[in-house]
Amino acid sequence: MADKIIDDVLDKCACTTDLKAPKGMQGKEQLELYRKMMQIREFDTKVKDLWMENKIYGLAHSYVGAEAIAVGTCHALNPDDAITSTHRGHGHVIAKGGDIKKMMAELFGKYEGYNHGKGGSMHIADVKNGMLGATGIVGSGMPLAVGSALAADLLGNKKVTICFHGDGGTNQGVWHESVNMAAAWSLPVLFVIENNQMAIGTELNKVTKMTDLYKRADAYGIPGILVDGFNVFDVYKAVKQGVDRARRGEGPSVIEARFLRLLGHFVADDQWYRDLEAVKPYWDLDPIVRMRKYLIEQSISSMEEIEKIEKGVVEEIQEAIRHASEDCSEPPPETLYTNIYANDERIS
Amino acid sequence: MRIITVREALNEAMSQEMARDKTVILMGCDVAVRGNPFGVSKGLLQKLGPKRIIDTPISEAGFTGVGVGAAAMGLRPIVEILYSDWITLAMDQIVNMAAKMRYMFGGNIEMPLVIRAPFGAGGGNAAQHSQSFEAWFNNVPGLKVAAPITAYDLKGMLTTAIRDNNPVIFFEHKRAYQHKGEVPEEQYTVPFGKAAIRREGKDITIVSYSMMALRSIEAAEELEKEGISCEVIDLRSLVPLDYDTVMESIRKTNRVVVAQESHLRGSLASDIVAEIIDRGFDYLDAPPIRVGSLNVPMPYNIGLENMVVPNKETIKQAVYKALGNK
Repeated sequence: MADKIIDDVLDKCACTTDLKAPKGMQGKEQLELYRKMMQIREFDTKVKDLWMENKIYGLAHSYVGAEAIAVGTCHALNPDDAITSTHRGHGHVIAKGGDIKKMMAELFGKYEGYNHGKGGSMHIADVKNGMLGATGIVGSGMPLAVGSALAADLLGNKKVTICFHGDGGTNQGVWHESVNMAAAWSLPVLFVIENNQMAIGTELNKVTKMTDLYKRADAYGIPGILVDGFNVFDVYKAVKQGVDRARRGEGPSVIEARFLRLLGHFVADDQWYRDLEAVKPYWDLDPIVRMRKYLIEQSISSMEEIEKIEKGVVEEIQEAIRHASEDCSEPPPETLYTNIYANDERIS
Repeated sequence: MRIITVREALNEAMSQEMARDKTVILMGCDVAVRGNPFGVSKGLLQKLGPKRIIDTPISEAGFTGVGVGAAAMGLRPIVEILYSDWITLAMDQIVNMAAKMRYMFGGNIEMPLVIRAPFGAGGGNAAQHSQSFEAWFNNVPGLKVAAPITAYDLKGMLTTAIRDNNPVIFFEHKRAYQHKGEVPEEQYTVPFGKAAIRREGKDITIVSYSMMALRSIEAAEELEKEGISCEVIDLRSLVPLDYDTVMESIRKTNRVVVAQESHLRGSLASDIVAEIIDRGFDYLDAPPIRVGSLNVPMPYNIGLENMVVPNKETIKQAVYKALGNK
């Protein structure tokens, strides 16, 4: 069945669309998109190593392969716009301009981490920066995005909210409830489906008859757009259009970014349940490989410049790991009881 | 003092706080045009407009989550679950999101959310419109739970709940909406975590809340005539719960009955008795007695329903039992 899914992806989305920067986007800006994608790739590559070495623990889900979606989407946002995340949140934090050192410290369980060691990978949040938190329950962040948009609408602050979620999440009841309410009230929110075709080990077409998820938008009377989830410019252009529309008060959109999950569900998943041979060709469509090729071919950058960017990113992640392991501390035991209630009220 | 109904008191609490604070909104099924099935929010739509008094689709999980997201982003939403029985549909948003986000995020978020939940039995509403689920929320750190019963407390505590930066589950007994009581016109607050002694007594303490607090007062009045002096405590706030007042009373009376309406098994009464034993077993001259509904789903038939739900007589019997060895 794995081939069937992959054929679907190839037929309907191709995932082989040409990279083409939007009109007016300077080379420097394009390189910045590449750098951000590299940051996510390197961060989550190292997270897997660290997990295998038992330096970080719990559950961690890799954003490798989906970089173009978070980066393309967040590039279309203002700094004070908001996003909700999934269990796969590292890419969202980085794309939203979060602090890599604080995120790595959090994964190490350290007090200096984003969540003071109380959240870890699955609950990574940077609320001040508009990242309303990763969540370990599929779909639970969706109505929050609608609430964030409702607040923006009432407060009149013109903020737009992005609801990131996967194909798996679209089969939760709250997906339908959330899209329906956002549409009914014309709220400034975009539902960005990271359609990686897999709900852990269950392929989309085994649990969904109509796998063109963007078409579901029709049922709610709002636009639905399909984009190549491996193509950062494709994602950016579609999201930008939706964000502009939302900011004008014209309501929500659904954007299906279709791609294929290249790695396992979580970092230590060996994917025994999956035909990995069928996945192999997709590594050629990898958003980072294609972007690098594009940047060189279009003479937007030299190989040296790209290597310099990559080296910078590797060093940055290395420094984040060093910071987390050497500079940071375990949470003091008394913090066990803080942050349960406002003003650290204790209720026994 | 002016006398108004509970329904009017709640309406006034929301109306006045919404006039004071433009970030307060109310959302739920039928809260706007119809003013909720019990008339609690009648007229608010006309005063405050459809952006702040919002009729939602029948999507409890969805609109409760909208409340969570709006609270995180600067509003102070009041979410109404039409009958608290259906809070089951919103449990993920309440238990896994609203209650946990502050802690999971290391304190980097506020969650000023009120969930109003009409609860309680009576009138033959059968198994899906009669339940009392407060014990479930007692088991979830991160939530506050209130269940006041007098018109004065309902107005004051709803105001407190709206101003609180934590998620609050606010249980309103739906058989009390037509009750009347003294309520000041001006705004005031009644704090969480402070019980009210409704009746002073020396022989036994009855710890109670919501409708059973009223039934306990009635029982105490009759017992008084038999020469039994009951101290009746109305907890009002369940999380936090005022154990100082409870224990102080028990130190005086040395006997206790805990009366509440939910099914007895796994009830708040069970938890309160356990806590009383932890805090002061030595003060007790007799085993504590729990009062609650029978462990059966609520039947439709009024006769059967009356067998399930505790009443004045059940509470009196519990008092006799607790005083058995005196």
